[in-house]
Amino acid sequence: MINVLFFAKYREQLNTDSLQLDADFSSVESLIDVLKTKGDTWQQVFSQSGLMVAVNQQMAKLNSALKDGDEVAFFPPVTGG
Amino acid sequence: MLIKVQHEDFELSLVSDYFKQCGTEIGAVVTFTGLVRDFQHQPDDKERVEALTLEHYPGMTESVLTQLAEDAKSRWTLNEVVIIHRVGTLYPGDNIVLVATASAHRQDAFNGCQFIMDSLKTTAPFWKKEQTSHGARWVDAKQSDQSEVDKWLTQSAKEC
Repeated sequence: MINVLFFAKYREQLNTDSLQLDADFSSVESLIDVLKTKGDTWQQVFSQSGLMVAVNQQMAKLNSALKDGDEVAFFPPVTGG
Repeated sequence: MLIKVQHEDFELSLVSDYFKQCGTEIGAVVTFTGLVRDFQHQPDDKERVEALTLEHYPGMTESVLTQLAEDAKSRWTLNEVVIIHRVGTLYPGDNIVLVATASAHRQDAFNGCQFIMDSLKTTAPFWKKEQTSHGARWVDAKQSDQSEVDKWLTQSAKEC
C-alpha cells in the first residue's frame, strides 16, 4: 500500500488531496506512469517541469525507490516565507 | 531551538523572552520578519492582493525547518535559533514568518539568519495562494529565490 498526497495547485487541479494504491511500485517514476493514466488532468499535472516529490516527508527524485507503506507527496515549487 | 508552524500571530518580544532563558553568552541577536505585502505585480497590474492563504505539508514542514536550523548551527556558531511560520488566511500587513538567531558575535547571527530565510523560501513545503480583486491565484516560485540559496551552496563548496 502506497499513500499518495497532493498539495496546493495540484490538489486543486486533481480535485483530491490523497489516494491509496495497493499496487507495488519500484520507483517514483513508475508510480507517476500509473497516475498519468488516470485522465487528461493527471497527465498534464505529472508532465509539469516544476513537479516536486517527497517520500516519507523527505525530498526525493524521480528515480527514488519505493516500498510498501511509503508516503509519497507531489507538489509544485514551494512559495513560503 | 524553537520551531513552530501556527495559525496564530506572534509578537517579536517572544524572541528576547526566549533568548534570555538561554544564558548570558549571547552577544548578538538578529531577527527577520516577513509580512504580507499589498503589492501590485506589474506597474500596469491593477489587481490588488486582498488576502493570502498559506498551505503547508504538516510534519514535513516542521522537519525541514528543524533541519535548516541544524544546518545553520553547523555552519556558524549559533547559540539558539527561532523559526515561526504562520499558515491559514492572512491579510496585508500581517506577519508571515519570523527567523531569529542568537550568537556570541553579530556576523554569525547575520549569516545564520539570512541562510535560514533564503533556504526556507526554496525548501520548506509552504504554498501561497493570493486572493486578489480579480480572483484567486497560486503564487509562482521565483528564480531569484533559487539564485539566493544557490549563493550559499557555492559558498559552502568554497569552504570545503
